[in-house]
Amino acid sequence: MAGKMAGLMAGFGHYTHAVVRGVPASLAKEALRSSQAEVDLAGARSEHEAYVQVLGTRLGLEVVVLPADESLPDCVFVEDAAVVCGDTALITRPGAESRRRETEAMKAALKELNLNIVEMTDENATLDGGDVLFTGQEFFVGLSKRTNQKGAEILADCFKDYAVSTVPVLEGLHLKSFCSMGGPGLILIGSSEHAQKTLKIMQQMSDHRYDKLTLPDDLAANCLYMNLPNKGHVLLHPTAEEFPESVTVFEKLKDHMLIPVSNMEKAKLDGALTCCSVLITKRADI
Amino acid sequence: MTTESGADSEAKQPQENKEKGKAKAAAEPVEPENQSELPAAAGHSTPARKEQETQEDDQVSHQSSTSRLSRSPLKGVKIMQCKVTMLDGSDFSVNVEKRAKGHVLFDKVCDHLNLMERDYFGVTYRDVENQKNWIDPNKELKKQIRTGPWNFAFNVKFYPPDPAQLTEDITRYYLCLQLRDDVVSGRLPCSFATHTVLGSYTVQSELGDYDPEELGSDYISELRFAPNQTKELEEKVMELHKTYKAMTPAEAEIHFLENAKKLSMYGVDLHHAKLVGSLNESLAPAEGEDSEGVEIMLGVCSSGLLIYRDRLRINRFAWPKILKISYKRNNFYIKIRPGEFEQFESTIGFKLPNHRAAKRLWKVCVEHHTFFRLVSPEAPPKKFMSLGSKFRYSGRTQAQTRRASSQIQRLAPLFERSASKRYNMSRSLDGAPITESHETLMKDSAADGVSKVIATGDIIAAVTEKKAEEEKAEQEDAQMAAATPEPSTPLRHDTKCSPHVYSSDPLRSELSLPSSPVSSTKVRRRRREGARKRASSVSPAKSSDSCRRRQALDDRKAALLDEQVLLLSARKQRLEQGKRRGGMLFSFSLHLPDLSSYLDEDGYISFPDLSEMRFLPMCAQNFMPIKSPSLIPCFLFIFFFLLSTSFSVPYAISLSFPLALCLCYLEPKAASLTASIAHGYHDHDSSEEEEEETDSEQTDFAFDGDMTATESDADEDSEMPTQDASPPEEMVKHQTNISELKRSFLETGDTSSGLTEWEKRLSSSPARSPRADEPPMIVPLEPEDTQDELPAGEETKGEVEPKLAETSAEPQEEAVVATETEAAPAESTGPTSLDVIEVGTKEVPVVHTETKTITYESAEGETNGDVDPGVLLSAQTITSETTSTTTTTHITKMVKGGISETRIEKRIVITGDSDIDHDEALAQAIKEAKEQHPDMSVTKVVVHKETEITPEEGED
Repeated sequence: MAGKMAGLMAGFGHYTHAVVRGVPASLAKEALRSSQAEVDLAGARSEHEAYVQVLGTRLGLEVVVLPADESLPDCVFVEDAAVVCGDTALITRPGAESRRRETEAMKAALKELNLNIVEMTDENATLDGGDVLFTGQEFFVGLSKRTNQKGAEILADCFKDYAVSTVPVLEGLHLKSFCSMGGPGLILIGSSEHAQKTLKIMQQMSDHRYDKLTLPDDLAANCLYMNLPNKGHVLLHPTAEEFPESVTVFEKLKDHMLIPVSNMEKAKLDGALTCCSVLITKRADI
Repeated sequence: MTTESGADSEAKQPQENKEKGKAKAAAEPVEPENQSELPAAAGHSTPARKEQETQEDDQVSHQSSTSRLSRSPLKGVKIMQCKVTMLDGSDFSVNVEKRAKGHVLFDKVCDHLNLMERDYFGVTYRDVENQKNWIDPNKELKKQIRTGPWNFAFNVKFYPPDPAQLTEDITRYYLCLQLRDDVVSGRLPCSFATHTVLGSYTVQSELGDYDPEELGSDYISELRFAPNQTKELEEKVMELHKTYKAMTPAEAEIHFLENAKKLSMYGVDLHHAKLVGSLNESLAPAEGEDSEGVEIMLGVCSSGLLIYRDRLRINRFAWPKILKISYKRNNFYIKIRPGEFEQFESTIGFKLPNHRAAKRLWKVCVEHHTFFRLVSPEAPPKKFMSLGSKFRYSGRTQAQTRRASSQIQRLAPLFERSASKRYNMSRSLDGAPITESHETLMKDSAADGVSKVIATGDIIAAVTEKKAEEEKAEQEDAQMAAATPEPSTPLRHDTKCSPHVYSSDPLRSELSLPSSPVSSTKVRRRRREGARKRASSVSPAKSSDSCRRRQALDDRKAALLDEQVLLLSARKQRLEQGKRRGGMLFSFSLHLPDLSSYLDEDGYISFPDLSEMRFLPMCAQNFMPIKSPSLIPCFLFIFFFLLSTSFSVPYAISLSFPLALCLCYLEPKAASLTASIAHGYHDHDSSEEEEEETDSEQTDFAFDGDMTATESDADEDSEMPTQDASPPEEMVKHQTNISELKRSFLETGDTSSGLTEWEKRLSSSPARSPRADEPPMIVPLEPEDTQDELPAGEETKGEVEPKLAETSAEPQEEAVVATETEAAPAESTGPTSLDVIEVGTKEVPVVHTETKTITYESAEGETNGDVDPGVLLSAQTITSETTSTTTTTHITKMVKGGISETRIEKRIVITGDSDIDHDEALAQAIKEAKEQHPDMSVTKVVVHKETEITPEEGED
């Protein structure tokens, strides 16, 4: 019965669609970054291609690929442009001014997918999707350089069924720069002090209990979890080449199908695995 | 509509009678024959009393409805008509005696609804500010209403976190009605998708399967599903509705509830407030903003207190995290257990719009906490001295109500589901009651059914014995103190103070514990026995009563432990601050609220100035002036007695029992703290991730031997598992304090001076306290009235403050004092093990004895300078417990100035969940002590009663 699955009942990680975007050439030079690293455009492109390949070919998601926009060097990081939960999509107002227009293509694509679109129009609000951690039961919104209180409020208004708690992002770009979901009720968390502290705050704020898996590297804690038919728990995680220690930790997840995905170039731009897609759960019958 | 149908309005009676009769139809079955069982059935919880009164009341009103002459002319009973808005929007009129208490009305409404699982519900009224207030079942309606018409509403008070666990469909139905209203009114926000789903189940529940012929195409528009209902929503609802085939109303309601319960605001009672000061660092403040004065919402729910700013949750304090809840004027305070990174407790203040709002919030917190976290409610403090709020939640807790519900044996009652059209904006169809009581297997009303059932269920039957037991308790205690029928007179003290029944059980997880205290005790006992292989000591006379007491002991011990934990941090602080001496007794960690603002009208009485309290001895008044917003005053009664031999072998016995006169609601949970200690050994990660599980773990801890061990630890303030930091030093310090304490006793000759941190801690009584009317008695050697009530300290977890030592010396005691147990760092002669003095009390069949010997060499002692520091040779603690008492004997041997001194302190804690004749008990204890140690004499008696309710452990 479709109805029962609507709203709160939707299974966590049961994605059917993914929205991704191409890598513009401007990425290498113009994309925002917190370090001064040189980015190899070709490398970034091939990485991204492999990533999309995994989502579409290997995992069988319907992948919507938005064309790259040269005027939007960061546009490959689609996660920041929208937060999708259930049948509702919140089109964000990214914290970085240069990225605001990234939402246009995203909005169109999500509309196309028949999602209920909510736009963040308040000029005082900013929110990057990278600061939004949805656990399946509630939202945590990191208050960071890119996301403010107002943005979080609008998100809370948009997804009324869920508790929306704010947590400070003490270091790093986004909340999800050091954490992500690794399964239902499982939070992957970096081992840095600020990451651990943030996790504690999240635990305190929550009515739910979460397990945690601590990764030696903060960035390695950003993974892409899905629960797919015939595949079960799937986790896209960084490669051993990047984070050898962390990868051994992932191997503890015996029930997960572990898929290493290289992300070296995008990582130089603070782009983690979740950053490059917006995952959507759509049901054929509604 | 307020109708007074007193003597002056008798003409109206006939009409009223009709309505009354109608109402009665439903309530009628509550008949006297069954009533007799009720009190027992409900055990110690209010319902029992309730029922009795209900009956009485019913009879009265019944009489009045049939013949006004039957009204007792003496009483001049006035009947009031109450209008109660039911959950379906209808109004129900019912008459109650003007002086009826809240539960009378509530019971009538529940009877009318044929509702048995009624503990989740309550009656509300709107005050002049249109704020919703819960009717206190134990207070007269008229006092709660003050002005205005007698209009009420029937509402869900405690939203069960898992509605599937409700026993009866009818209960779920009423919960659904409440939730529908919550949704439609916007109190329970939800997404469009959820509105759709909830709406579809509502339709299914009310109309059954979709039937195009019968229903037509627009059948749904009269129903309300959302605050802003759109055509689109209605269409979606219909779409979904059509997919439900053969789903019964009860099933639809279960589905409804399964969805509703997941909503983040489910069962959250919101209160407007402003932040005072800033929340701790875990709050994420909006950038560049001072959180001071920020408008927030406080949400009280089953799991704790939620703090919202706009729609965002900015903090959450689970009940285990909260040590104390209090309010003062229009401020509301919560005291928070220190987090992992913090050393100290913090108090967070919130400013409510006004005093009433603060009080309302406080009450709701107390009630939610009790209902969801405790196994059984605390008894409200007795009236005696109206210091402190006597408000406590007195109904059943969730655990109890589940237990009781599981015993419901009636066939599911038939009931009509009213059309939710009544939920339309115009809530005014007819006022006719929606539910009539249908034929059920039991012809009795809900109330009766409950009582019967309870009476038959064996576990609950045990509960029912309680009352009787309590009545017998005194005798039993006398028996317990059997050896000495006559207390030694010198110690007798006939002043009546006001003890208090604080029957709080620690929260125990439902999984690990049955809700009935009695049975749970059994379980526990088994465990304990298994673990420690102790012989059971339950003396034949005490049987089941002993179980309760034992549980009380467990709780208490856990409480002590917790206190101990708190002490740690306190001590740390003290160390940092350096030694402080003299001055205030409770210089730290003792906060007294501003006395002038403690209390308000009903039950919250104010004392303008403590010094005006005549019963407060002068010496005690010195201790009063500390203020703090967050704490509550409590009364301490301290009697302490020392026995000493001619060659300076003091023997100390302190008898302590809790006195429940506190203003503020403290977490009475004792068991949990054990977990914190246990967790201390585990890695942090695991402990902090197990918030929900800690309780059960704690429960276990509370019963196994560790508990007892820690109990003794508590005495000497050392060796706490958490205290890995140099126990010897602590120990020695503690010794010092003890001696100081003693000296002060000896010197001041005033019992009240016994109010030291140490003693308070010593006797820290967790949640329970003895009967109020039987005050402590033993008058020590001191001439003064020993029953001084010190509304002083409340926060006893403070560390041991060595400030007591005053100098005046009582000549006769000098020798003793000189050889007092001062720990001397300087002249450590090395440990000498000494033999343990056997301390056994015959009245105390030793259930379990924990013996620990600690030997110290030296430590940086805080000596008084004027006394030769001694060297602590050995310290030993023996704990024994019986059904109603725990005796902790602490023996220390000191070498001081070449004189070896043995000091024995005996602490007897009588847990006060039943009536205990403390006079007798103490007298008995003293007598026994004398008998056992004929060469010693009693030099001091301290009875310490206190309000401290031990905080429970929060995790992490």
